Amino acid sequence: MKYLLMIVMNPTVFGELSEEEQQAVVSAHDDFQKLLTESGELVGFAALADPSASRTVRVRDGVPAVTDGPYVEAKEHLAGYYVVDCETPARAEELAAMIPDARLTGIEVRAVMGSGGLEM
Amino acid sequence: MSRARPPAAGVEDLLRTLAPQVLGALVRRHGQFGLCEDATQEALLAAARRWPAEGVPERPRGWLVTVAERRLIDRYRAEAAGRRREEALAARAPSGDGVAPAADEVAPAQDDTLTLLFLCCHPSLTPASQVALTLRAVGGLTTAEIARAFLVPEATMAQRISRAKQRIRDAGAAFDLPPAAERSERLAVVLHVLYLVFNEGYTSSSGPDVARTDLTAEALRLARAVHRLLPDDGEVAGLVALMLLTDARRPARTRADGSLVPLEEQDRGLWDRAMIAEGVELISATLARSTLGPYQLQAAIAALHDEAPRAEDTDWRQILALYVLLEGAADNPMVTLNHAVALAMVRGPEAGLDLLAGLDDDPRVAGHHRLAAVRAHLREMAGDREGARADYRTAARRTTSLREQRYLEGRAARLGGP
Repeated sequence: MKYLLMIVMNPTVFGELSEEEQQAVVSAHDDFQKLLTESGELVGFAALADPSASRTVRVRDGVPAVTDGPYVEAKEHLAGYYVVDCETPARAEELAAMIPDARLTGIEVRAVMGSGGLEM
Repeated sequence: MSRARPPAAGVEDLLRTLAPQVLGALVRRHGQFGLCEDATQEALLAAARRWPAEGVPERPRGWLVTVAERRLIDRYRAEAAGRRREEALAARAPSGDGVAPAADEVAPAQDDTLTLLFLCCHPSLTPASQVALTLRAVGGLTTAEIARAFLVPEATMAQRISRAKQRIRDAGAAFDLPPAAERSERLAVVLHVLYLVFNEGYTSSSGPDVARTDLTAEALRLARAVHRLLPDDGEVAGLVALMLLTDARRPARTRADGSLVPLEEQDRGLWDRAMIAEGVELISATLARSTLGPYQLQAAIAALHDEAPRAEDTDWRQILALYVLLEGAADNPMVTLNHAVALAMVRGPEAGLDLLAGLDDDPRVAGHHRLAAVRAHLREMAGDREGARADYRTAARRTTSLREQRYLEGRAARLGGP
């Protein structure tokens, strides 16, 4: 089963960390990526740029309109994600708990939909 | 030397057949399953590149063994620590131009397919690793093909396979058939792995997925190989029959747009008659002389569905009787779900719903979309449109299959209402 592990980030919480603590988070991500690579469970990952530079695209009556920023100023935002392929939902949760941000904010674990299916 | 120039597909089939024989010969001669497996894979890749253009060598198996042994020597050479072993190996390896027959050419002294399957389906591995390693070492698929079939990056699949080999080595598993006392338990694992491969292929089949490796055919091919080696094992025969009788319906299970067609609405004219005939014959012969087991029972049920000319001709009474037996043979709530459907068809939806009620406390299935889907179906049968709609929606929320979700949403919508 594939899962999306979403890193929900709170800039205030992260900003209150000391430089050393912030560096520890970064290197913990390196460790986590190494672990996933070695276990054969890594499908993909990405860190996302700060949402202040985001654009929102809307198409209305066939006309695209681009505006700055997301809809609302959220306290938390999606800072990055991992996609893992693992045996059980419990393993996905176990992996989520290893992401350093799990200790600061939270990691949302979502199953990825597959294209296969059984007729009933 | 005459060299036929076969189509690429012919080469591929030949290589798949030869893969376990070459690997078996190598492991017998040199030990070191992991290294031999890598070397075999490289030889297969070399053959896949060269044979379609240059023709198949007269002794294809010997060619592959020779090339694989050269690769093995290269690997040893690359490892300085392996210098002494390299000398020993070089002394034993045949020299020649790459098409020289190996010492044990023509027919292998013994078929190592079964031994390899037991090794790849070693109980120390997770099911996903067993599947990956089996497809590569026994099925002769490339890592790229396996990765594509399971929609993961090739590097991830390569790592999974290499870890699996490492784990087998750590477990001290020998290249031997398991002791008689463990044989049936270990064979059950092998059959389960082949069943998983089949299921992965079958459930993902149709329209947009045609590019994916045909795992269904691969599982059937390997199951047939096991059946040839163990013709008296009823469960092996049962699994082959189950695959045939299930795969026979594949052309009818989806529409052109990829959407799922439930069994009772399938165009039975699209079912593969030859596969059904073979499956029915195999399961009938097996049931007559073998100890009953779950695969045989499932095959017998599939045969009853396949033999009904129309959905309304289905012999639900007999299917019900088989589900009762199957429930006794395997403690599996998914069986109870199907049992409930059969019960509903024979004694009415209320009887089926009563049986489902017992599953609400079973943590293995309580939150599963399939429980909600079956309940929805039986409620619809009972005329409870509102209840059915709610259950279809619940099932649609819980499934992680896009196609099932679409089907379930469609059923809910068909019942009208908000």
